[in-house]
Amino acid sequence: MTATAALDRAANTSPATTEPVLVARGLTKRYGDVLAVDAVDLEVHPGEVYGFLGPNGAGKTTTMRMLLGLIRPTAGTATVLGHRPGSPQALAEVGALVESPGFYPYLSGRDNLRVLARYSGTPSYRIGAVLELVDLAGRAGDRFSTYSLGMKQRLGVAAALLKDPRLLILDEPTNGLDPAGMAEMRELVRRLGEEGRAVLLSSHLLGEVQQVCDRIGIIAGGRIVTESTVSELRGQADLVVVAEPLSQAHQVIAGLVGDGAVAQQGDALRCQVPAQQVAEVNRALVSAGIDVTELRREEKSLEEVFLSLTGSGATIGEGGSHVG
Amino acid sequence: MLASVGAEWMKLRKRPSTWVLGGVWLAMLVFFAYVLPYLTADSDTGPEAAGALASTLPAELVGNAVAGYALFGGALALILGALSAGSEYGWGTVKTALTQGPGRLNVLGGMLAALGLTLVGMVVLTFAVSAGASAIVASIESAPYDWPPVADIVTGMAGGWLVLAMFALGGVALGTATRGTSMAIGLGLVWVFVVEGLIRASASALEFLDTVQRALPGVNGGSLTAALGARTVEEGGAPGVSTLISGWQATLVVAVLAGGFALVAGWLQRARDVV
Repeated sequence: MTATAALDRAANTSPATTEPVLVARGLTKRYGDVLAVDAVDLEVHPGEVYGFLGPNGAGKTTTMRMLLGLIRPTAGTATVLGHRPGSPQALAEVGALVESPGFYPYLSGRDNLRVLARYSGTPSYRIGAVLELVDLAGRAGDRFSTYSLGMKQRLGVAAALLKDPRLLILDEPTNGLDPAGMAEMRELVRRLGEEGRAVLLSSHLLGEVQQVCDRIGIIAGGRIVTESTVSELRGQADLVVVAEPLSQAHQVIAGLVGDGAVAQQGDALRCQVPAQQVAEVNRALVSAGIDVTELRREEKSLEEVFLSLTGSGATIGEGGSHVG
Repeated sequence: MLASVGAEWMKLRKRPSTWVLGGVWLAMLVFFAYVLPYLTADSDTGPEAAGALASTLPAELVGNAVAGYALFGGALALILGALSAGSEYGWGTVKTALTQGPGRLNVLGGMLAALGLTLVGMVVLTFAVSAGASAIVASIESAPYDWPPVADIVTGMAGGWLVLAMFALGGVALGTATRGTSMAIGLGLVWVFVVEGLIRASASALEFLDTVQRALPGVNGGSLTAALGARTVEEGGAPGVSTLISGWQATLVVAVLAGGFALVAGWLQRARDVV
């Protein structure tokens, strides 16, 4: 499924008509003089995959820990599935993977899950099911300490799924996975959303968030600076025109959409043209005897949006665009 | 709570260090409480040798089994407690366990119960191995098999367990407070082997230190084991065993200290953020 499909799903989910499974209002955490999380408001609805995007130290993990009851907020409130964060009632239907997966190194993957199943009162048949789901059944009898980083991460996801939860809180779930593993994880997260579960997903990978998430909250300096769907964040696509002579093309297009909607950018024109008017622009250029060598719609990348909102640095890695 | 006990019990049972500590303790017991005294008696004919041999016979089962709890056994129990609590922070498993939903105090309660069960096992094994070693000595020396009354054995087991539990809870409190194992074990062992010894050594010169030492874990543990029949240091017994405090008072102080350590661990577990 593509980002477009994710957006379609978001539209079908109709968040406004469903009761949110996770609500945070003014969630704040202060460590001495450091304001780690500053009045975060958040809502996640059933069947929604919500992307939590931000540079390192932005407050993503601290927020997630507060939602799980691991950290007490300095101010603000939150409810998880209608209960206080961290309460047994809330956690009964929440699966979580926070930062690096923490397991007992001397136990096998299966025994680690057995321990967790005992804590939560989960029936043991779920252990085999989640091990299959994350493709770890073949190595489930091996000690956790012998696992690769990717296998550890997959066991962490298996642990998060153990309770068959309604809400998943996943902090960087693709960390340490190879490209194939990352693709599988993305597919798994999408499937979980399609099954009606809500997923709060933090990630450094802009591409990953773009492909998987219905809505995105961008957090920087402890504050959510914007929250929207991917397409809304990226805005309307521009029309890029490469033609000869360029000045004449400029006049023709400006005559159709207005001079303010056309800007020259190098040897091309960047125009704000509604999708339904693109063909008309093309016809007008050709009729005017202008040689059109390129005519394409170009959206702003999420990376550009992210950088403009947070002002943080970004690098391009194997998995796509990395933040921070 | 039972679910958490089951989880903690599984972790302790499958953890290699639990078996290593148990093995080390039993090896020390056999060597220092039976082999060494027997060899001493075998190579000497004086009254000390006779006393050493007598301590290894079945009649002295209770005293001999619990003699080491005040110092070496206690230190090993402290390490066990510190490992149980501190490792959870080192491995990052605190968050994994807590996000399963049993509740913070429930998890701690499960850990304490599992530790208690483990210590019951250690005490039973201690008495079983001691009984076996005594029987072998009695057999070699053609001495009578005069076993202590069952009530004395049960009292000895209960008292010994209480001493070990106090040290283990001290380890849990330290492991929780320091959120790790190294510092907790280091501080605990320095306390047991150094600080208490220095306070005891200075107590005769400074009155307030005499009062202080009567509240110390090791002193009370040693007095309790002495009340159960362990020979004191002055009698050639194990280090740490003394009659400074009466048996009942020592029992009370050991119980209060154990409860205090559990409360400290519980408060820390409940109040602090898991970062």
